[in-house]
Amino acid sequence: MTVQELPGAGASHRFTPPAWSPRTDAAPLLPDPEPYRVLGTPAADGLDPELMRRCYAELVRGRRYNAQATALTKQGRLAVYPSTVGQEACEIAAAMVLEERDWLFPSYRDTLAAVARGLDPVQALTLLRGDWHTGYDPREHRIAPLSTPLATQLPHAVGLAHAARLRGDDVVALAMVGDGGTSEGDFHEAMNFAAVWQAPVVFLVQNNGFAISVPLAKQTAAPTLAHKAVGYGMPGRLVDGNDIAAMHEVLSEAVRRARAGGGPTMIEAVTYRMEAHTNADDATRYRSDAEVEAWKAHDPVALLERELTARGLLDAEGIQVAKDAADAMAAALRDGMNADPVLDPMDLFAHVYEEQTDRLREQAEMLRAELEAGNE
Amino acid sequence: MTTTTAAKPVAKPATMAQALGRAMRDAMAEDPTVHVMGEDVGTLGGVFRITDGLAKEFGDDRCTDTPLAEAGILGAAVGMAMYGLRPVVEMQFDAFAYPAFEQLISHVAKMRNRTRGAMPLPITIRVPYGGGIGGVEHHCDSSEAYYVATPGLTVVTPATVEDAYGLLRASIASDDPVIFLEPKRLYWSKADWSPESPAAVPGIGKALVRRAGTSATLITYGPSLPVCLEAAEAAREEGWDLEVVDLRSLVPFDEETVVASVRRTGRAVVVHEAGGFGGPGAEIAARVTERCFHHLEAPVLRVTGFDIPYPPPMLEKHHLPGVDRILDTVARLQWEN
Repeated sequence: MTVQELPGAGASHRFTPPAWSPRTDAAPLLPDPEPYRVLGTPAADGLDPELMRRCYAELVRGRRYNAQATALTKQGRLAVYPSTVGQEACEIAAAMVLEERDWLFPSYRDTLAAVARGLDPVQALTLLRGDWHTGYDPREHRIAPLSTPLATQLPHAVGLAHAARLRGDDVVALAMVGDGGTSEGDFHEAMNFAAVWQAPVVFLVQNNGFAISVPLAKQTAAPTLAHKAVGYGMPGRLVDGNDIAAMHEVLSEAVRRARAGGGPTMIEAVTYRMEAHTNADDATRYRSDAEVEAWKAHDPVALLERELTARGLLDAEGIQVAKDAADAMAAALRDGMNADPVLDPMDLFAHVYEEQTDRLREQAEMLRAELEAGNE
Repeated sequence: MTTTTAAKPVAKPATMAQALGRAMRDAMAEDPTVHVMGEDVGTLGGVFRITDGLAKEFGDDRCTDTPLAEAGILGAAVGMAMYGLRPVVEMQFDAFAYPAFEQLISHVAKMRNRTRGAMPLPITIRVPYGGGIGGVEHHCDSSEAYYVATPGLTVVTPATVEDAYGLLRASIASDDPVIFLEPKRLYWSKADWSPESPAAVPGIGKALVRRAGTSATLITYGPSLPVCLEAAEAAREEGWDLEVVDLRSLVPFDEETVVASVRRTGRAVVVHEAGGFGGPGAEIAARVTERCFHHLEAPVLRVTGFDIPYPPPMLEKHHLPGVDRILDTVARLQWEN
């Protein structure tokens, strides 16, 4: 059947619909064609030295945290660790741009962002060591539990930000997701809700090249992930995710706009996961050494170190101070992880419902009897 | 108030739909953190008009028409609850809730547990469920087995106008997430009831003996309660005096009331619309058998919907447990090996 044969397809059957026109405010929402960069460009002249030195210290600490966590995996102290080596600028900038009253919604990979926000690294890694799922009180730190199902924490960020605004609080929620997560339905629903509600949310997509082994080209046909924002009616920003100065600037701007009632923003940070997805993954099966090497030349820690050193804002002593602080953090993390957590098996039944059901009481008694028999 | 004695309002005929709406209205009036949200709940008042008038009285921010996206609705409710609100979510129809299952199972049901009690989620999820209204595909599922199989969820279902009000108020007040299953074919059932003087009904977790009897116990809930009561009346002619227990709450399950009844009568039939295989009746029958084995005169039997996808409206009368099928099953309780 050709188009002409379709019923109603002929010109004579066409009706003139009532007046309608698309929104004209879409054009400014389009992302830049190239990732936004600051380091190594003239824009770096305007950098705040104090802020950048703080960024540097955090980056060095973040790199050390990644190394220590990976080592703990090899020692069997952590069940699993999804590394963020190469992505530290994204993780740290996300934490740095938030005020204390704001909320962070991390994915399972974003423990570093939680640590950069001030969470004790041992608490951040509780889930990954096989201890209880969330090792901290989310309300105390304003960090949502690490979310393993992809993108499912994004609607939570929207709801929380919306609720805060309804209650008159100028709280912003920043939600993190990977490139693979953008294919999930919850990503779409969260973006749509946020835009319709003009919720004060910032979506940070870390495009690290691969969803485990699947490259971006097999994940999406969009020109960039940032383009997706336009369809929802929010600005999409494309940023160099290894450039912490650019990340800090773009995230700060998005947080500012959200707080001022300007609605949500989606930011695609173009970065690269230098290590495997987790220790269970073999990255050599899906990417070349040459590709990894090429990204080494664009390392977030080295990028900032070069810029600051060249500008006389950082010297050998400053580098050593940052390194020492990072080592101290790593030593504390090692000590914390060497102490075996003491888990109470009866806790299995403690927090299922506010009030234990008869059924759970019965099962708790069964376990208690088993434990007592085992101790005899 | 038009009554002569203001202290004793006169109960008037009210429908279950009205009682549900009133429960939300009263909860919203008493507690500014209660928010109603879902597709069509605002201007339209819901496709069943359960939320009629709430947006007008409390504004769009308290009774919100959301985008059409169940995972988004429930996911946003999670975030709202994390910030201290008490969302009441409408899922419009049973089968429309399925896109929200990941949110429900991975987050709603687990948040209290994974945060070791630090972050309870007081969310009420209203799900109109079950058949008997001539609805087409995806509008008549009995999805309770999915919910009761998920630890962390409370699952209740009213069968009377009073319970519709009382259980919904209790659900909204609960600090745990509650699946509130509304038997949609009972929306228009009526009772003499006034919101100003709701009879004292027990809260979540308590079953009620709706009809006392001595020959056998019918254990049921939600849309099957009126069918069981009708069957009990009809059974009198056969010489059977049936007790009818309305569970009201599937999780927590009031085992004591059920067990006490079956120990009295010695015989039991579980009745529900959901399919039998892996349905709530299977669990109840197993528990009754474990606890009442020496009191039983016959095996615990079940009358359930068939284990089929929900049938088209013109065939649903063959699928839904009716009086005759219940009576036939009761007759099989005359167990003679």
